[in-house]
Amino acid sequence: MKFVARAIFLTSIVALAACTDAGRFGDDVYLNGGGAGAPGSADDPASPLYFQQTVGDRVFFAIDQSTLSGEAQLTLEGQAEWLLTNADYTAVIEGHADEQGTREYNLALGARRANAVQEYLVSRGVPASRLKVVSYGKERPIEICSAEACYAKNRRAVTIISADLSS
Amino acid sequence: MMKRFLTLLAALAALSLPIAAQAAPLRIEITEGVIEPLPFAAPDFVAEGGTARQLADDLAQVVADDLAGTGLFRQIPDSAFISQVSSFSSPVQFADWKAINAQALITGAVDLQAGGRLVVKFRLYDVFAGQELGQGLQFAGTRDGWRRMAHKVADAVYSRITGEGGYFDSRVVYVSETGPKNDRKKRLAIMDYDGANVQYLTDSSSIVLAPRFSPTGDRILYTSYESGFPRIYLLDVASVRRRVLEDQQGTMSFAPRFAPDGQTVVYSVTRGGNTDIFRMNVGTGQTRRLTSAPSIETAPSFSPDGSKIVFESDRSGTQQLYIMDANGGEPRRISFGKGRYGTPVWSPRGDFIAFTKQSKGRFHIGVMRTDGSEERLLTASFLDEGPTWSPNGRVIMFTRETQGAGGQASLYSVDITGRNLKRVKTEGGASDPSWSPLQN
Repeated sequence: MKFVARAIFLTSIVALAACTDAGRFGDDVYLNGGGAGAPGSADDPASPLYFQQTVGDRVFFAIDQSTLSGEAQLTLEGQAEWLLTNADYTAVIEGHADEQGTREYNLALGARRANAVQEYLVSRGVPASRLKVVSYGKERPIEICSAEACYAKNRRAVTIISADLSS
Repeated sequence: MMKRFLTLLAALAALSLPIAAQAAPLRIEITEGVIEPLPFAAPDFVAEGGTARQLADDLAQVVADDLAGTGLFRQIPDSAFISQVSSFSSPVQFADWKAINAQALITGAVDLQAGGRLVVKFRLYDVFAGQELGQGLQFAGTRDGWRRMAHKVADAVYSRITGEGGYFDSRVVYVSETGPKNDRKKRLAIMDYDGANVQYLTDSSSIVLAPRFSPTGDRILYTSYESGFPRIYLLDVASVRRRVLEDQQGTMSFAPRFAPDGQTVVYSVTRGGNTDIFRMNVGTGQTRRLTSAPSIETAPSFSPDGSKIVFESDRSGTQQLYIMDANGGEPRRISFGKGRYGTPVWSPRGDFIAFTKQSKGRFHIGVMRTDGSEERLLTASFLDEGPTWSPNGRVIMFTRETQGAGGQASLYSVDITGRNLKRVKTEGGASDPSWSPLQN
């Protein structure tokens, strides 16, 4: 778990450095990140940044599958616990696919993945009303090479924490 | 006489329209065999009245480019000409055109009149028969519409020689792409079939996908993430006004396509991770569910008579093609080859279904009969997908994306014989083409 969370963190930093508009996910969180231990910082367990970096905001899937692996379920246990503790937050679960597939099918596949995460979180007591799902299909890859090393990171569902209760 | 003219042999022999059986002197038979493009001459059109020389030259060149672009015709360069055509009405010196082996001769005249009215006339000659093929025709319009008039001339020439409908006076709506793969900006664009006259229909602030023309070309369906979730929008081409069609909370809707009636739309809705096919009357907003399976049902496309819908489903475990009645009901599977089949599109002629096939890590555009027989793969690459038919059902345009970190999408076209594969000119990246019907 620790290893996975760290690997993702490093990836995010690289992405942040590489593109001018910062990471696509949670760039506000990066920009607002304060010093160590400060509220809202990555060390504050109640912060979305902590959720993203320490709990782990994403799970990965096998090719053309939406089944949650044991590792994915562990990550989602942490997500559920965090969401239950931090009840002011809602979340949007984004489902994604790698580029090996037609556009429409990948949209539907990404929806299956996001839904699998939603169902798991709901099964752990997170109210469905706090969770929304959206699929991006193959439209938003994180990694851009055309090889399994990249595809494996793109076949993902990412839980984006939002404080916007009205949404 | 026929022997002197090119006979193109292709798998279409049996499909030829009855008109093809009528022996015309100048004829391309689209049947199976060796390709030898028919040589034609298109001298600069005569500039009548006060018309600029440049406009007359440009018109003739667009006509020639349309014809040569099909791969069925070959333009003889002006430098080879013995005769010049200085008057539209003077007799043609057939011997001079025979000497350079111009089998077809296209002459034209352009008259730009007061008030910006543009009149274009043309004649088509069968040089070796020493006579005109069909009647001379005249098109009138505005100066701005000069390219359309050239396309109309080329459509008439193509039709007279092949016996099939033309497709040059048509447009393509597509997704214009800029930026790297992990930060791609997409917006809707519309252009002439040959890449000219590009107009952008949306900005790139949200993802837009898979635009589809209405049967009359006046409206476009597409999917946008404007609301944060994929939703179907209907856009009026002339006013560029749009409205959301389907806005149910907790769902995503995508993959829309018009029925031939221009009123019914068929599309996919995802709820709770499950994707099914629905239809909607865009006038009344009334919807009807057409499939209810736990599998992915998407990419629906109507038959040209509106009675059936072809779509893809992974109910068998992998993506395959199915046909059902336009009101739903038990679908019949039509694809049985090895690999995955998606994005089926019914030909406007009703005879074929074009599709995307994935097999052994490659993507193909292919066609099959509506019963699944005679499957033929037309292309192969790292990623080809999303076919759309030319108005005459002879040519397919699709998206090809190159491999790797620098991968870019572009539009390509290919004949349904698998010949004449070529890139369609666009500014920057382009994907998800939809070909309009012929314009009026």
